[in-house]
Amino acid sequence: MVRVEKGLARRYRQERNFKRLGLGAILLGLLFVSFLFISIIANGYTAFQQTFVKLDVYYDPEMIAPVGETDPEILSAGNYGGLVKATMRELFPSVTNRRDKKKLYGLISTGASYQLRERVMQDPSVIGQRESIWVPADDDVDMLIKGHIDLNLPESDRRIKDDQLSWIQGLQEDDRVEKRFNKTFFTAGDSREPELSGIKGAASGSFFTLLICLSISFPVGVAAAVYLEEFAPKNRWTDLIEVNINNLAAVPSIVFGLLGLAVFINFFGLPRSVPMVGGLVLALMTLPTIIIASRAALKSVPPSIREAALGVGASPMQTITHHVLPLALPGMLTGTIIGMAQALGETAPLLMIGMVAFIVDIPGGAMDPSAVLPVQIYLWADSPERAFVERTSAAIMVLLAFLISMNLLAVWLRKKFERRW
Amino acid sequence: MHTSTLIIVLLGLMSLAYYLGRKRSLNLVSGRVRDLHSLPSYYGLHTALWCGIPAILLLVLWISFEGSVVTGLVVDSLPQETQALPPERLNLVLNDIRNLATGDIVSTAVDENLQSAADHYARLQGISQLAMFAAALSLAILAGYFAHRSITRHQRARNRVEKAINFFLLSSSTLAIFTTIGIVLSVLFESIRFFQQIPVTEFIFGLEWSPQTAIRADQVGSSGVFGAIPLFAGTFLITLIAMVVAVPIGLLSAIYMADYAGRHFRSLAKPVLEVLAGIPTVVYGFFAALTVAPFFRDLGASMGLGVSSESALAAGVVMGIMIIPFVSSLSDDVINAVPQAMRDGSYGLGATRSETIRQVIIPAALPGIVGGVLLAVSRAIGETMIVVMAAGLSANLTANPLEAVTTVTVQIVTLLVGDQEFDSAKTLAAFALALVLFVITLALNMIALHIVRKYREQYE
Repeated sequence: MVRVEKGLARRYRQERNFKRLGLGAILLGLLFVSFLFISIIANGYTAFQQTFVKLDVYYDPEMIAPVGETDPEILSAGNYGGLVKATMRELFPSVTNRRDKKKLYGLISTGASYQLRERVMQDPSVIGQRESIWVPADDDVDMLIKGHIDLNLPESDRRIKDDQLSWIQGLQEDDRVEKRFNKTFFTAGDSREPELSGIKGAASGSFFTLLICLSISFPVGVAAAVYLEEFAPKNRWTDLIEVNINNLAAVPSIVFGLLGLAVFINFFGLPRSVPMVGGLVLALMTLPTIIIASRAALKSVPPSIREAALGVGASPMQTITHHVLPLALPGMLTGTIIGMAQALGETAPLLMIGMVAFIVDIPGGAMDPSAVLPVQIYLWADSPERAFVERTSAAIMVLLAFLISMNLLAVWLRKKFERRW
Repeated sequence: MHTSTLIIVLLGLMSLAYYLGRKRSLNLVSGRVRDLHSLPSYYGLHTALWCGIPAILLLVLWISFEGSVVTGLVVDSLPQETQALPPERLNLVLNDIRNLATGDIVSTAVDENLQSAADHYARLQGISQLAMFAAALSLAILAGYFAHRSITRHQRARNRVEKAINFFLLSSSTLAIFTTIGIVLSVLFESIRFFQQIPVTEFIFGLEWSPQTAIRADQVGSSGVFGAIPLFAGTFLITLIAMVVAVPIGLLSAIYMADYAGRHFRSLAKPVLEVLAGIPTVVYGFFAALTVAPFFRDLGASMGLGVSSESALAAGVVMGIMIIPFVSSLSDDVINAVPQAMRDGSYGLGATRSETIRQVIIPAALPGIVGGVLLAVSRAIGETMIVVMAAGLSANLTANPLEAVTTVTVQIVTLLVGDQEFDSAKTLAAFALALVLFVITLALNMIALHIVRKYREQYE
């Protein structure tokens, strides 16, 4: 008794320490989660705004087309780049040196000329008139306005030079600089210019890829699960299938990419970087997840349901299609949504089948070359421009928003249709 | 017309066939369903299946052979000297012909021969398209018609339809086997071709990795040394760091969740930790490259250590964070599988909770935990994006976690992304690496699943 009491204090201390250790581990995990999210959001939230500059453009008939011209071909051939430059020269008449002029033009995004062209194409009557128009600033100016450029650095290390700085200050004093909602980010495809790049191309690529993936993996996965759970005889063939499915679930995703490269692209000759091939590869990859979840859902339907249906004369197939499947469907859908979320975030296999190409156009179908969201993130993360850092983070935020809503949908489905038998 | 239009037309025909078949069966017995062998809808389904499936099979076969047949015909029509070109050059010419026929950009100047070949190609494709349409539609109508004719009161329509469904179910379940075979074959064939050029022993035991091969014979800067030991070592190092992070945190948090945490805390903390499992790996990669690696570099600089900005440490730590929920949910399973009687026995002898955990539960659950850790290791070995974005490209043979190392998956990606000849040793090396990766992860999984199953049996 004395010996026990002597050791008690030490043992309780150990107990407390162990408990603290466990709590520490959890808190560390939570810390990682919050750190990850904070770092992404802090880097990315500014990308939803973009700096615009107000220009007083004189739509010079000499540079575009004579007043009254409406032929779109002539209108689109106008010198809109020159128009932007002329407007900038007009704003800063003191700049005469060639090199300085070049720096001056660098303040405005190259997208400004496209914007002017669109404006003229839409309404040719503006030719010969003067109007104020907001055009996107260059990404370096954007970074400066958002405070991402360290002005304490020596001039040679900065992307924004001193005279550019003074021009920007001049513009700001004239109220010609404004941060606005970055619509381009949601409506444009990829671009080499950060201020003109957007995620729409990648998002629609992801959409088509997931569509293909879902339309293959869901029916096939459910069918395989039904067969294995309800019809398969207990023999070696069935065992082989089961072992195979379990192993496929653990094969690294990049190996599926190599499979896609060797089979779909080199053997069947499908084109590279199209959502079709991506969807096929991801379907093979998510199939084990869906099969395993669907089997669990089928298992949870009590045998009494089957026996009752068989008892009133339904065939085994009718029992499954009329009674068991509807009851198991919510569980299957939950598994499928989780599988789709996994497919949406997957990058490595898509790199293998060439979905890393730089594609500006927004894909219109499953056979158009396109990127997908995670690959777009990977591509932007590799780009040297500072402005792409915030765009990468913003694209991650969009991707995570999709993933979280998919997972919430799965949780909601499970909660809503979960049945205790 | 497009192939998708044809498929829509076929679907329309199938629904028409369903309607007609159902109607005919009802007409046969003048509405008295009980006189039929099967329910009317089964007769409809039976007719629709006959209408659709042969036509769709024909379509699939046609599409898969159309390309090679048309190309063969075009090649035959080309001038002799073009036909005599080596296969790669001939392929280029064919590509030009195809692009010209579809109105895309052509790489060479368009001459008369090319133009006529392109016209020929376009004509052949048009003919093939039309023929496919005609064949598929007539087959659908014909088969549907005969199925419709064959409907009688005693036809076992339900059994036939169910047989068809059963066949679909069975073939779906074998897809997993075909996938495995596909993986093994595609990786194995290219690996064998690789090992014909580079001896296996050099690949497995070589200490230097430098896969730059010459595309032209006279090119400089090509070394082409394929010793994979540095890659294995790098993979091992990063995996080890990941495990050092993930195993203690995952295990301890699983224990805390299972034995100490209150209901409220658990219902809050568990989903948040599981968020880590749902985050795409490319996000972790970005996080590692943008935040963690500079953090370690600056930390090292402030302590006077030279930490590479692509250090194994950063990639490993972030990978460990990714694996935490994996380890914790697997350990949670095995800890919960330990029978309550063992806990109660330990408490009854006067042991504290932590003593019970350390001296009873963990030893009892150890095989399961080991299995879980092995699964986590296989996950870490196969992980790609984190290391592609945060680890280095140069193959250093080092055990120093502060230096940059490269891994098997990084090399697969760098070898295969970008343009290169498909036959060069450089590209084939990626498949050999993938073979190694596949075999190792497969073996780890088999062992882990075996251990876990053995352990489960012990307590059942």
